[in-house]
Amino acid sequence: MDFVVPTEFFFVLSLVLFVLGALGVLLRKNAILVFMSVELMLNSANLALVAFARQWNSLNGHIFVFFVMTVAAAEVAVGLALIVAIFKSKRSINIDDLHQMEG
Amino acid sequence: MFESPTLQTLTDYNIWIALPAIALAFGTMFLLVIDVFLPANRKHWTPILALVGIGISFLINLFTYNPEQTSTFGGMFVADAFTGFLNIVVLITAFISVLLSTDYLRRTETNHGEYYILLLLSATGAMFMVGANDLIVIFIGLELLSIPLYILSAFRVTYTDDRDATFVLKSEESGMKYFILGAFSSAFLVYGSALLFGATGTTNLREIFAAVGPILESSAENSGALLLLIGAALSLVGLGFKIAAVPFHMWTPDVYEGAPTPITAYMSVAAKVGGFAALFRLMIVGLSGLTLDAGVDPAAWQGTIQVIAAVTLILGNFVALSQTNIKRMLAYSSIAHAGYILMAVAAVGSAGLVPDIANTAAQAGLVYLLAYAFTNLGAFAVVLALENNDGTGTELSDFNGLYNSRPMLALAMALFMFSLTGIPLTAGFMGKWLVFSAAVQAGLIPLTIIGVLTSVISAFYYVRVIVNMFLLTEDEGSPAVGETAPVRYAVYASMAGVLIVGIAVPLVTNLVNMVSLV
Amino acid sequence: MTLQAFAPIGVLIIIALIIGVIILMISRVFGPHNPSFRKNAPYESGMKPIGPGTRRMPVKFYLVAVLFIIFDVEVIFFMPWAVAMRDLGVYGLIVMGVFTLILVVGFIYEWKKGALEWE
Repeated sequence: MDFVVPTEFFFVLSLVLFVLGALGVLLRKNAILVFMSVELMLNSANLALVAFARQWNSLNGHIFVFFVMTVAAAEVAVGLALIVAIFKSKRSINIDDLHQMEG
Repeated sequence: MFESPTLQTLTDYNIWIALPAIALAFGTMFLLVIDVFLPANRKHWTPILALVGIGISFLINLFTYNPEQTSTFGGMFVADAFTGFLNIVVLITAFISVLLSTDYLRRTETNHGEYYILLLLSATGAMFMVGANDLIVIFIGLELLSIPLYILSAFRVTYTDDRDATFVLKSEESGMKYFILGAFSSAFLVYGSALLFGATGTTNLREIFAAVGPILESSAENSGALLLLIGAALSLVGLGFKIAAVPFHMWTPDVYEGAPTPITAYMSVAAKVGGFAALFRLMIVGLSGLTLDAGVDPAAWQGTIQVIAAVTLILGNFVALSQTNIKRMLAYSSIAHAGYILMAVAAVGSAGLVPDIANTAAQAGLVYLLAYAFTNLGAFAVVLALENNDGTGTELSDFNGLYNSRPMLALAMALFMFSLTGIPLTAGFMGKWLVFSAAVQAGLIPLTIIGVLTSVISAFYYVRVIVNMFLLTEDEGSPAVGETAPVRYAVYASMAGVLIVGIAVPLVTNLVNMVSLV
Repeated sequence: MTLQAFAPIGVLIIIALIIGVIILMISRVFGPHNPSFRKNAPYESGMKPIGPGTRRMPVKFYLVAVLFIIFDVEVIFFMPWAVAMRDLGVYGLIVMGVFTLILVVGFIYEWKKGALEWE
């Protein structure tokens, strides 16, 4: 018996990860955890891309993943810098403390 | 089979058609190196060189403006009238924003050369998005457009005297909110792209279009149609955040209020241009065949866009009525204007089967973007002129009696407000006229009625600014500390743009008539 | 890839779980269990801890981390090129030259700004 792992398995896993990441962004209060949840969402998309790329035997998906990883690294750099700046002046990285502007 | 590329491949690549964007990218990197090596007393050269870079890219764009569609990077990037026209909008926006920035940065003590480099990088990203014909390029362009804007929104943090000053905290908060929601939305876009790739096996928009038909026909035995629909929906969410369409608009007022005013001006235009360019390309070039009943129905996403447009128009205009801060008011107004441009997108979608009407609608959307660019930049230029160094002076009451102290600024602001309302002889009227008539042609009568009614409502809050400036004559008016020579040039340039687009209509329509997406 | 290829991993996971559970059970069942205040202290027969265990780090470490991330991901673009270098020939060399140029610009900026100094 030769059972090939179907693409759907990877897809469902990536969907679960994506939903977990989205919930993390919406429910978490700590900026770094929110940020990690965004990374989880991006990586779930990577998993889906790689799985589909294998299914279609196409390189485009792999190349897309490279770029998503690069962009994620750039976002990490900018995000950490912003978090450090906010911590310096507020002594807190709780995103609920960001309420300078209302309306 | 794989063929080894040779030097010949490089010359066959047609890279020159992407030259405006490439030139700006390399110019920016060059400027980065120059700026680092400039001695402290010569730093004022950075904005001048930035303007030169934008000018060079603009000239290259004019010389390579070719309505025939050509593609490069293996079909990932296309140059046609659409690309050329929106490149012009992006470059004008960047130019005026740099003009607005120079004195603002100096008087708010945030004068760092990186500011201009980030601004130009963001413009480069917008230019790549405008020509993108591939999901990968749309994503990279979007990120190159957004990531510098996250930093620029928080740029007043670099003010060193008093880290607890309100404007510093606001700017930080603005950057953080924009960053979190921007990253969140791009994750949606990536996942949507992944699903589209999974359904069609390609990331090229034209190949996606070719693959959609067969998938829909055989959808009984595979889940391709479902993947396509969910992928389109998630991509729409991702791009909806960037163009600030309701219900993905929550970040807009806070980010616009907290960011440095020249950046607010820039991102209110450039982010929308990039987002709408990607939306037009993705939905029309890639997914216009995505119908529930091929050949009869409009595209499946079209109903959703209609609803989003209607909600955006209503919410944007009504909430703007109750704002007292001019930056927040303009933020809600920019949300409302996204609604008008979404009307054009919806019109293209429902007319997908009739190429003529669809192209008219796409052209209307482009003219609207140009009109919106000039008008919004001008309005923010006047706001910036009135803003004090500590970020105050942006309340509506600060406009009281402006005609007494600065008649020229008051007249300019009146023109921009008329244009935003859509009074004839201004750019805004042209944009609205074309969009409404395209929507009527495409049969979107209810949406058009909502558009006209909300335009009438928008007059209340735009005219209130004019009343404050001209009729409250007992106030002596704002001293307008920010009104320096470059800011004045920016105001004049925007006024000229508003009047030219509004009066010399054939000039713009001739340029835009070459656009055909379908 | 077939599912059979994953079978050894599955077996390994099951064995690891079983061993872990068995060890915990054994010590629970056979070991003596009478806790006291002193035994539960963080350091039995040591000093009393002063202050929290985690301290704030200097922000310089973040700078190094950020710079590392950015110059780290370049490898994912170099790697595929290095694998296919002979097939890509001069064309690949030129394209990677442009890529490297962009990196070098970033590096020059970083160096001139003093981000690499540690004082």
